[in-house]
Amino acid sequence: MIAPPSTTRPPETGAAATNGKGPLHGGSRLADQTFRWVCLASGCLVLVVLGLILFSTSQQAMPAFRAEGLSFITSKNWDPASGHFGALAFIYGTLLVSAIALIIAVPISIGLALFIAELAPPRLRVPVTYVIDLLAAIPSVVYGLWGILVFGRQIGRLYVDIGGWFHGIPILGTLTGDANNLGRTFMTAGIILAIMITPIVTSISREVFATVPRDQKEAAWGLGATRWEMIRGAVFPYSRTGLVGAVMLGLGRAMGETIAVALVIGSSATISAHLFGPGDAMASVIANQFGEATGTFRAALIGLGVVLFIMTVLVNLLARKITGRADRRLAGGKR
Amino acid sequence: MAGLLAACGSSNDNPSASRGSTSESTTAALPAATLNGSGSTFQQPFDEQVIASFQQKHPGVVINYGGGGSGKGRTDLQGGIVDFAGTDATVSAAEAPKYKGPYLYFPTVAAPITVSYHLSGVEGLQLSAPTIAKIFERQIKTWNASEIAADNPGVKLPSTAITVAHRSDSSGTTSNFTTFLKMAAPGDWTLDAGSTVNWPADEQAGNGNSGVAQIISGTNGAIGYVDFSDAKAANLTWARIKNKAGKYVDATLDGASAALAGVTVNPDLTYNPLWADGDTAYPITSPTWILAYQNQTDHAKGTDLKAFLQYIYSDGQGMAAGANYAQLSDALRQQSLAQVDKLVIPA
Repeated sequence: MIAPPSTTRPPETGAAATNGKGPLHGGSRLADQTFRWVCLASGCLVLVVLGLILFSTSQQAMPAFRAEGLSFITSKNWDPASGHFGALAFIYGTLLVSAIALIIAVPISIGLALFIAELAPPRLRVPVTYVIDLLAAIPSVVYGLWGILVFGRQIGRLYVDIGGWFHGIPILGTLTGDANNLGRTFMTAGIILAIMITPIVTSISREVFATVPRDQKEAAWGLGATRWEMIRGAVFPYSRTGLVGAVMLGLGRAMGETIAVALVIGSSATISAHLFGPGDAMASVIANQFGEATGTFRAALIGLGVVLFIMTVLVNLLARKITGRADRRLAGGKR
Repeated sequence: MAGLLAACGSSNDNPSASRGSTSESTTAALPAATLNGSGSTFQQPFDEQVIASFQQKHPGVVINYGGGGSGKGRTDLQGGIVDFAGTDATVSAAEAPKYKGPYLYFPTVAAPITVSYHLSGVEGLQLSAPTIAKIFERQIKTWNASEIAADNPGVKLPSTAITVAHRSDSSGTTSNFTTFLKMAAPGDWTLDAGSTVNWPADEQAGNGNSGVAQIISGTNGAIGYVDFSDAKAANLTWARIKNKAGKYVDATLDGASAALAGVTVNPDLTYNPLWADGDTAYPITSPTWILAYQNQTDHAKGTDLKAFLQYIYSDGQGMAAGANYAQLSDALRQQSLAQVDKLVIPA
C-alpha cells in the first residue's frame, strides 16, 4: 500500500537531478517540491491506512460493543455459548505475558548487544550477530510447536517442583501454585515470547550502541573510567531513546504475537496471579476462535482486535512520553 | 491413504464411469468452471478425496475446498465469496436473514466423536453421559471415583488424577460433544453447548483434534474428546459410551450408521444424530452438511455443483469408510438426491 508512490515517483526526481549541473546542484525547485510531496504522501498514507483499519474493524465490532457496552473490557466472563463477551481476562493475559517476556528479554538483549558492540573480540562479532539474526527468522509457529512438544513438557515438571518448594509461602506460593504439568501456562508463553523478541531488541540496541560517538567514549576512558563506568557514563545516556525504541518494538511484537502464544498459553479465560497456570491472550483468542465464529461472537473477536490496536498505540505513546521526559532531564542536567 | 485411494480411482476409471452413466446423467462433458468452498474441517478429509476423484473424471472442473471452520464457511457463503460451504451446525435463526436467498442442506457423511483416554492398566472403560459431564466439569478428579466405578463393575480403577483435555480452538467437534452432554446429562452439564464453552481453568487445551490427541497420548490419566479418524490415527484408546437405550456402545462407523438410521430427518434434511435411539447407536455421532444457494446464478458453476453433489451421493459414499466416515443411510441418500434436483440452474 505504501510502496506505489515511492517507487513510481523517484525516476522523476532522478531525471531532474541529472538535468542539473552536479549531484548537489541538481536540486531544481521542481525536484525539491516533488520530493517534499512524495514524502508527505507516504507519511499521510500510513496514517490513512491506520485510520481505515481502525474504522473498518470498529464498524464490524460494533454489534459486540453495543451488546456488551463497557463490560466488554471490564468483565472477564467470556462465554460464547451463552452470548457473553467480556475480554478482561485476555487483556490481562496479553499484558502479563508481554511483561514476563520483557523482564526476561530486555536484560539479556541489552547485555548481548553490549557484548557485541563493546566487549566481543572482532572475530566473534560476526558469528554471534549472525546467529541472533537467524533466531529472528524462525517462524513463530515453529517456536509454538517446540514450546508444546519439547519445552513445555520439560519445564512443566520444573513448574510442579517449584510450586512444591514454595507451597504455603505467601506471595511466591500464589505465583507458583497449582502448576500445569504440561507447561501450557502464562510463564511458558512469556519465555517463548522472550526468545522471540530477543533478536529484535538485540539488533536494534546494537545499532544504537554503534552510534555512540567515539570521542565521548574516549573522554570517559581518559578520565580513568573502568569499562562499566564508561558504559554507564557515556554509552547509556547517549542511547537511552534508542533503547526504549528497541524495547517498544519488542513489546509490540510480544503483544501481537499470535500462533506461538495460542499454542502454549493453555487457552483458559482466567485472571489469576498463577504464573504456572493457564490463561489466554487477545491475539491467540482471535486465532483460536475465529473459524467457528458468527454474528455477535465474530464481532466480539474483531472487537478484541480493536482493543489490542488501541492498547498498542497507548503503550507506544506512553513510552514516547517517558523517553521524552528522560531526555529533557538529561539535557537539563548537562547545562 | 489419499494417494492410495486416488490411485484406486484411476485404475477402475472405466467401470465406475459406465456405472455413473447408468445412475446419473453426467456422461456429457461438464462445462469448465471453478467451484470454491470453505468451512468445516471435520468433513475436509472426505471432501478432498471425493474432489480429487471427481476432478479426475471431469478434467475441466476445478473444485477448491478451503476449510477454515464451519462459521467461516457460512460467513463466506453469506458474503458470496464461496459457491458452497461445509458446516457441522445448522443455520441459526439470527443468522438466516444474512443469506442472499434460500439455501439447501446436503448431508454428506457422519462420524463418531470418541471419548479417548490414557490410563495404564485399564482397558475397555465404560462411561455414561452424567459421568462424562462430571469429569469434564472437574467434579470428579480421580479415576477411582464412585461414578466411574459404577459405570465399570468389576474393573479395578487406579487412584490416578484425571487430566481433562479439550480444544483450544473453537470447533464443531466441541459443539457436538457439548450438545450431546446437554441432551444426555441435562442435570449435570451446566456449561451449555457451543463451539467454545467456558471450560474450568484446571484443564488442558490442545489445538485441533491432533493437539488434544497429543495431550492424551502423552499423559497418564488423561481424557478428552477426539474425532474418530484422528483418534485412530493417534492410536488412542476410547471408552464405550452408554446410549439412550442404556447400552454401552463402542465408537465405530457401524455405531454411527446405526445412529443415522434411528434419526428423524426434518424436511430440509437437517437432523440430529446425537443421543439417537437404537440399541447399537453410538450416542456421540457428528453430522455434517454442504450448504449451497438454491438459486444458482451461473450456468456452468450450477451445473458442476449439481454433478459434484450427485457424485457425493453415488461413488462418494463408497469412499466414506476408507476415510473413517460413516456413510448415509439409503433413505437419507435418496432424500439428498431429491434435494439436489431442487437446485435451480440458469440456462
